[in-house]
This record gives sequence, structure tokens and C-alpha cells, in this order.
Amino acid sequence: MNQENEANRNPFVNGALKLYVLLAYLFVFAPILASFVFSFNSDRFPSIPLGDFSTEWYRAVAADPLVWEGLRNTLLVGVVVGVISTALGFGAAYTDYRYHFMGKQVYLALALLPPTIPVVIMGLAMLAFLSRVNLSGDALAVIIAHVVICAPFAMAVIRLRLSQMDPSLEPAAWNLGASEWAAMRHVVIPFCRPAILGALFVTMAVSFDEFAIAWFVSGLNETLPVKVLGFLQGQVSPRINAIGTFVFVTTMTLLILAQLLLGRPDATEKE
Amino acid sequence: MTQDPTQDPLVTFDGVAKRFGSYTAVQKMDLQIHQGEFLAIMGSSGCGKTTTLRMLAGLEAPSEGVIRLSGKPINDLPSWSRDTPMVWQSLALFPFLSVIENVEFALKMRGMGRAERRARAEQWLDRMGIAEFADRNISQLSGGQRQRVALARSLVVEPQILLLDEPLSALDAALKVRMQSVLKTLQRETGITFVYVTHSQSEAFSMADRVVIMSRGKIEQIGTPQEIYRAPRTSFVADFLGSSNIFPGQLTRDGQGQPIIATPSGDFALPAGNTLGIAGQSASLTVLDTRMQIHLQPPGDARNSVAARMIGEEFVGATATIYFETEDGREIRVQKAHEDLADLSLAIGKPFHLSWSPADGHLVSE
Repeated sequence: MNQENEANRNPFVNGALKLYVLLAYLFVFAPILASFVFSFNSDRFPSIPLGDFSTEWYRAVAADPLVWEGLRNTLLVGVVVGVISTALGFGAAYTDYRYHFMGKQVYLALALLPPTIPVVIMGLAMLAFLSRVNLSGDALAVIIAHVVICAPFAMAVIRLRLSQMDPSLEPAAWNLGASEWAAMRHVVIPFCRPAILGALFVTMAVSFDEFAIAWFVSGLNETLPVKVLGFLQGQVSPRINAIGTFVFVTTMTLLILAQLLLGRPDATEKE
Repeated sequence: MTQDPTQDPLVTFDGVAKRFGSYTAVQKMDLQIHQGEFLAIMGSSGCGKTTTLRMLAGLEAPSEGVIRLSGKPINDLPSWSRDTPMVWQSLALFPFLSVIENVEFALKMRGMGRAERRARAEQWLDRMGIAEFADRNISQLSGGQRQRVALARSLVVEPQILLLDEPLSALDAALKVRMQSVLKTLQRETGITFVYVTHSQSEAFSMADRVVIMSRGKIEQIGTPQEIYRAPRTSFVADFLGSSNIFPGQLTRDGQGQPIIATPSGDFALPAGNTLGIAGQSASLTVLDTRMQIHLQPPGDARNSVAARMIGEEFVGATATIYFETEDGREIRVQKAHEDLADLSLAIGKPFHLSWSPADGHLVSE
């Protein structure tokens, strides 16, 4: 918003709009905020007025070996999925940038398709397929399933960055004596670095959060979100708030990191 | 010109053609580029000039023919194995590298050690007068400074030949003129062969030793700027340069058997010794707009003349360009100094007679 607009605006309308935005955000974030507040509340059931400040639910969660196992699975899966999906996404995006071939539209549609498939169907299909090849119930199964839904996100992020690259940049590197591999290493990847890191964080966050497919294929190697459902089915405990807060903070941190990398002034600049 | 006619050319195009699917970008082309010359390739967009340059740089493979560099065929040599650095229209500087890292790039790719390549890059930054910006980001530089970085980045490998693809097109007029003299001086001092692609006549004619004019994938004319300006070989060239009036017609002979050209605007005597071909052939007579005279009465001597009505005028600095239209609807331009126009009392719509000496005419093929 520039100065001129600011000066011409009715201060009342301006204030009302700001209030409206604030309320909209409050509505969206209220449940998460409530979960955050109650995770530090000593009462057994969420009620107002609040009881004492307490970290006992966090301590209870931390004392549960099953939670640690879930966290370990989630982190392991998240990191591996992030790296593999970003590598695949980069390859797909670069192919789109560099080459023209028959059926490219089909190639693109297929590459971007997985996130549009309802997760329940995807999870069921994955379970059917992976159990057939004896991978179901393995952490590897969760990794494979998550790579399928994460790679398109990585591709989209990196493709956007490549579209900002001067088409002469890579030929200029060849012209200066760089082989195709050297140009990839010294020009294309450095140019895409913010997007590659961004894609890494986004895909990790998606995997970290993903519940439905993991529920189908994880078997005994449950990830944290699957574990949360287990708690819910057994009992109502503020421990869920504690885990929920932890998952939310982790995911948001990854997404904010990605946003900072992708929104940096030099990331959008086109030379 | 520094070229020695006994020397073998640095680059030869031998029947080189380039097709993209059914579209022919460059038709069978023969071209020699001499050691140490400044060659400009000029034409409007889509004429094949950039494709020609890209084939030389190894960015496009010829569909036909052989390109030789210092006598060796280079058709199958990938771009990174040729020493044909190019300055790009967009400059294509690496935005994630500092100025000096950009200049070092080619040396790094050739495996030169860190200390040595830094020293070489610093030399070139110094030579281009941008040593103080070595550690800056590309985005912190002005247009002219970026231009110098791009030149340093290409010249740091000290090549035999430098290719330039409309490098000045993004600059404002004043900076353009300054960079032209930088380029010309640089070429003279280094003795490196420059091949400069442009659509701008003023750039080509002010810098180049020889100019190649292309149209629709074909070379229309090769020559020094003076040769091309005085004696365009085809009516396309004359029209493209825009400094001549063109009368298309048929070659024939008058009552006394003298060769003339019959045009819709009248019959005109031809310059001696410039009878292009046989009678009956189509040709065009071109006359430079500075060589025409304006009269109130028909000149009545041995001069060629045509009646025309004034339709407009344009003043640029000390000269004026007056536009006329002949009875058959042909537009004619005449350039004159202001003092030559004083007693003509010019007015739009007023009839005049335009004349030129037959020796100032120049015959071109269609």
C-alpha cells in the first residue's frame, strides 16, 4: 500500500478492515491457540477458568517411549522424504524447463497429479500395492508413499524459480567452457538454491504432518500424527494438546524457513 | 583494416545452412571472417544474423555445410570446447556471483588455479575500468558497468574471436555511443576479431571494418560501410539503409541507343559504366537523398529530373529532410542544409522539380 492510498482512505474504514482481518485470523487460529493454551494447563479437562500453569502433559508425553518412537519415525521419514522428493522434483522441473518433446503436457499433468488424488484413495491404493510387494508396515513404505505426494510440491516450487532464470544463462556457461554437468553444478543449481532449500523444507513439513496415507501403510512404524489418533481413540488427555502444539510449531518453523528463502529479494530478482 | 589478404581467413562458412523443421533460418551461406577485423552482421529481426552467430558459438548445429575456425572444421565441437566467447543481448551475467567471480568463471572452468585466475580477472577488471566493483553484486551495477563486466568475462580467456549479440540494445542513446567507442578501441588494441550482430545501422557503420547485410537467411551484400552506402548491391539493401530514393523499372535504350531505365516516374539516364545487364531486364535506380537538387523550374540540362509535389518536412539539427510525392505516387526524400532552402519558399502542396546528375545514380538488381 503506498502513501497516496493511505492518505485518501477514510480512517474508520481502514480501522474496520484491519479489525476484520484480525478476526478472520483469530477464527482460523483459535483452535490451535486453544490447544496451545490447554497444553500448559494443569486441569485434566479443558475448561475455563484455567488451572495452574503446568508442563506435566509435556513431561507425560516425554516419558512415553511410544511417542519417542513415533517422533523418531516421523523425523526419519520426513528427512529422507524431503531429500528424495526435492531431488525428483528438481529433475522433473529441469526437464520441463530445458526440453521440448511430444506429450510434454501429459508429462506435466502426470507429474503434478498425486496431490489432487483424495488421500484415502491414495492410502488404500498404496496399501494394496505395497503389501503385494511385501513392503507394507515398513518405514520404507511410508517413505515411498510420502515421496509420491511430496515430489510435486518440490517440482512446483523449483519450476517457478527456473522460470525466472534468463534462458541465456545456461548457454552462457557452456559458451565460457562449462560442460553440461559443470553448468548444472556451477550455474543452474546455485541459481535455484533458495528454491531447492525451500522445497526441502516444504516437503519435510508435508511429510511431517501427513496422517491418512501414513495410517494406511505404516503398520507398527507409526508416525507421530498416527500416534495422536491412537491417543484420541484410547482416552481424552491433554497430552494430545502437547503433541499437537509440538507438531504445529515444527511444521510452521519449516514453512516459515521456506517462505523466507523463497521470498528473499535476490530470489525473485531476474537478471 | 588490419587484415592481410595473403593470410587464411580465421573463420570460413562453407555452404552453411540452418533449418528449424520446415523453416529455413539461414540459406546456404559462404562467408569469410578475417583475422583481426571488426565484422558487423546486420539485418532486421528474423534475418538469420543471430542464428549465424549461434552456429559459430556452437549453440546451434548447422543443418548443412562446414564451419572452420583457423582451418579446422568445428561443426562437431561442443560449445564448451570452442574458444568462441560471446557477449549476450541480455548479458547473461551470473546473478549469484560477484563481479570478479563472474569474470573468473571461464578460467575456473578451464581448471586454472585460484590465485592465477584471480590475478587474470583483476587485470581485465582494471583494463575495463571497473576494478573498484570487484566484490559487488551484479544487481548493484549500472547498465554500462554490467556491459563492461560482460566484456571482461568473455575476454579474460584472451580468445582469437569475440562474438557480440546486440550487446548495446538495452542502453540509452548517450551510453550507446560511449560504449561504441569503448568497443572499437578495445578491438583495435587487442587485435581480437570481433563479430558483431546488430539491427542498428549506426552501430554497424560506426564500428565495423566490414558489414554483412542479411535478409531472409541470405547475405545481400558484404563490404566496407562506405562501399555499401555508396553502392548498395540490391534494392533491398538500398531500401534497408533508407538513405536512397529508389526507382524500380526496366533497362532499355533511348532513341540514340543510350542505355536508360524506364520507370513509372519517367525515363532516366544511367551512370556511365554502370549498365548492370541486358536491355529488358528489371532493375532499380537508387539516388542518395543528399545528392538531389530542388528546383522551381525544370532544370532543362543533361540532369535527370522528375516533377513532384511537396508533402512534408522534418528538421534535424543543421539539415532538413523534405518529402515529395511524384505524379505516380512515389515518395522521394531530399536532404539539404537550411541555407540551401532559403529562396525556394517551401510550402506543403507546392509543385517542384527534383533533379540529379546521372553520375549520382546507382543501378541495383531486384
